[in-house]
Amino acid sequence: MDTLSSYFAMGGYAGYVWPAYLLAAVVIVGLLLTSWRGLKARERELKLLQELSPGRRGRSRDGSEAQG
Amino acid sequence: MHRFANPARFLRLAAMIQPWTAAATLLLIGAGLYLGLIASPADYQQGETVRIMYVHVPSAWLAMACYSTMAAASAVGLIWKHPLADLTAKAASPVGAAFTFVCLVSGSLWGKPMWGTWWAWDARLTSMLILFFLYLGHMALENAFDDPTRGARAAAILALAGFANIPVIKFSVDWWNTLHQPASVTKLGMPSIDPAMLVPLLLMGLGFTTYFITVLLIRVRAEIVASKIRAIRMTQIHAAHAAPASEPVAG
Repeated sequence: MDTLSSYFAMGGYAGYVWPAYLLAAVVIVGLLLTSWRGLKARERELKLLQELSPGRRGRSRDGSEAQG
Repeated sequence: MHRFANPARFLRLAAMIQPWTAAATLLLIGAGLYLGLIASPADYQQGETVRIMYVHVPSAWLAMACYSTMAAASAVGLIWKHPLADLTAKAASPVGAAFTFVCLVSGSLWGKPMWGTWWAWDARLTSMLILFFLYLGHMALENAFDDPTRGARAAAILALAGFANIPVIKFSVDWWNTLHQPASVTKLGMPSIDPAMLVPLLLMGLGFTTYFITVLLIRVRAEIVASKIRAIRMTQIHAAHAAPASEPVAG
């Protein structure tokens, strides 16, 4: 317990060492999460758009658009 | 090279690489943290503050590597009008800004106990701050135009002009008198740093690199999806304008 608290004290520099690591962790993990969420949100949006306009492509391929 | 221009090909390649870079990131940073925070000794001059080096130096490396990636992608985008290159440059700048921010703040936290000051307007620190503003400017310029290709071109010109700052950062410690210490890893011959510190430093550097690749792939994928969404929206707008009379029939 004593060695653990002396470890976290970082020779009196705890106030400098730990914030540096904490900030790096927050920025690095945060950027990964926001990038991942951004990708998933856009994939959902694309899927929704493709479902809402079901196959302008598909319709023109089977020729039904030619009737209109 | 144009074989990779095809987004479908790129997406397949990204799906193949990404699990490996993600796993490598976890392993490398895990090992780097263990060696850097627990197994490595304190510095005889700097005491425990030397452990800040294991986040400060790799984030500085990646801040510059990311800018070089962005500048190279911008050049390819400008010269060959390569759409994937523009998307790569756009995806890279927020990552670079994040690394630069970590570098600046961790440097400040290291400077206060060792130099007695949070900040000094010397060559290395100032050129690094300029790098941060270049990233912010790049991100702002990308989104300043309604037409994404115009935004990409303006941002690419900024990225290339700002590349002049990269050698300034690298050699600032040799060209000017500065508080910042000179390079100790990339010195000619042997690095002047103990293996007990060099190994965790290199592990963290590699881990940050694989992290950068992982996040860059995610962000480029997101940009590809976003451009697909834009394309669908455009065709919808065109269809609505071109044939308003056909709508009741279709409905």
